[in-house]
Amino acid sequence: MNRPEKLIEGDIRLDGRRPDELRPIKIKVGALNRADGSCYLELGGNKVMAAVYGPREVHPRHMAKSTSAVVRYRYSMASFSVEERKRPGPDRRSIEVSKVSREALEPVIFEEYFPRSAIDIFVEVLQADAGTRTAGINAASIALADAGIPMKSLVSSCAVGKVDDTLVLDLNKDEDNYGQADMPVAMTPDGNITLLQMDGHLTRDEFREALEMAKGACTTIYELQRAALVEKYSSQMEGGDVIE
Amino acid sequence: MDKTLVIPGDFLSDDAKLADEGTYVENGKVFSSVFGIASFKNRIRVAPLSGKYIPKPGDLIVGVIKEITFSNWIVDIRSPYEGLLHISEYPKRIESQDMPRYLNIGDSILTLVKDVDANMKVELTLSDQRLRPIKEGRVIEVTPSKVPRFIGRGGSMIAMLKNETGCSIFIGQNGRIWITGKDKGMDLAARAILKIERETHISGLTDRITRFLKEEKGEGEKEPERETKGEEEKIEEREGPQPVEGEKAEERKSGGILDELLGND
Repeated sequence: MNRPEKLIEGDIRLDGRRPDELRPIKIKVGALNRADGSCYLELGGNKVMAAVYGPREVHPRHMAKSTSAVVRYRYSMASFSVEERKRPGPDRRSIEVSKVSREALEPVIFEEYFPRSAIDIFVEVLQADAGTRTAGINAASIALADAGIPMKSLVSSCAVGKVDDTLVLDLNKDEDNYGQADMPVAMTPDGNITLLQMDGHLTRDEFREALEMAKGACTTIYELQRAALVEKYSSQMEGGDVIE
Repeated sequence: MDKTLVIPGDFLSDDAKLADEGTYVENGKVFSSVFGIASFKNRIRVAPLSGKYIPKPGDLIVGVIKEITFSNWIVDIRSPYEGLLHISEYPKRIESQDMPRYLNIGDSILTLVKDVDANMKVELTLSDQRLRPIKEGRVIEVTPSKVPRFIGRGGSMIAMLKNETGCSIFIGQNGRIWITGKDKGMDLAARAILKIERETHISGLTDRITRFLKEEKGEGEKEPERETKGEEEKIEEREGPQPVEGEKAEERKSGGILDELLGND
């Protein structure tokens, strides 16, 4: 694939979005029966599945912490998730993504409630289209809530970037590959940032503006996350009231 | 009653003194810490919709022996932590080498959490009148956070279940439910329990389950199979005198079965 001549034309991006527009998001809570909590999430062309197990016994034993739970996050891309077959298994990139994603979620988890136990989070990318780590964090935070794990709040995540000298939200594949900057952000609904990475270049003013855009987007995503969780039970709850 | 579905981080109240289970306090305000149903009666608590069993001293639970060491049985209690049943906590004095003869790997026990220390070392005991190995009936697993729903307000749900199925039912805090009784009754109880498990969050649960049990039993009687009918009648007979005395009669009856078990030892 070659670089498109223009990534943004007028005020419209390659996929027809405006600069401050997110891709469509679809969320299904409790998509897996085996896991203690799970979530399937689509963010535009990204399709990710998150599963949470735990708190459970720690294996290997020596990893256990005597005063809190260990949180383990495994981000993994399916071999078929990208055009060119991805060699399965952990690589430099997915180890890094796992680490930063875990650190994006750890601040909200009440780890100290479960000493000597493990909370395992698995995020499997089934289809990748730029922004998989943000999609993974969004899904994992819902899956944690679904597993009944005590948390301060959910975590919402979104990327901002710069293409053709314009700040844009939620980069797609082309914008990610050929843009000037990419900055994934994760934060709690009250605005505490738990993940902030960047590659490329932004001026200070652009950075501030980008962060504000990300904040707005995270608020939107948070509302979708909440709606998805509530929907899992409320439709049935209302159904019950009708019977009454 | 004020009940709402909340997610972690939802604001619940300005009064930090009201904070109870399933909440946390930050800057004098109460927030939900889990995804569950918040209730604002007296204190503010959030009952989680899912989650693992975390042992507390005094909990009556159903455990399964998973390992035998020199002086301890290691018990699976459906929790991130394993239970330890020391040889001295068995109701009678036994030698270390005889341990598998009394409780072998795979055996189920009705046990009590004696103590849980800061390191989550869980000590169990069997030396209490109510406790014993489980040698008959069935054990069904449900979500531990839903246990209160199975008991019902003032024990209404479990009393009704016992009455309608003619079974003795014990609900462990760890979400393992032990049923003993006639095969037919146990089937019915098991199906009712799974129905409760699926529909815990829908209001009017007890009434719905009562209706479900009545319907199921009604259908059972119509079935032409001789065997089925015979069994159904037996259950009806057993039920006959019970509704008058309600739960107390049931308790006595289950005690009877348990005593028989003890006699077998």
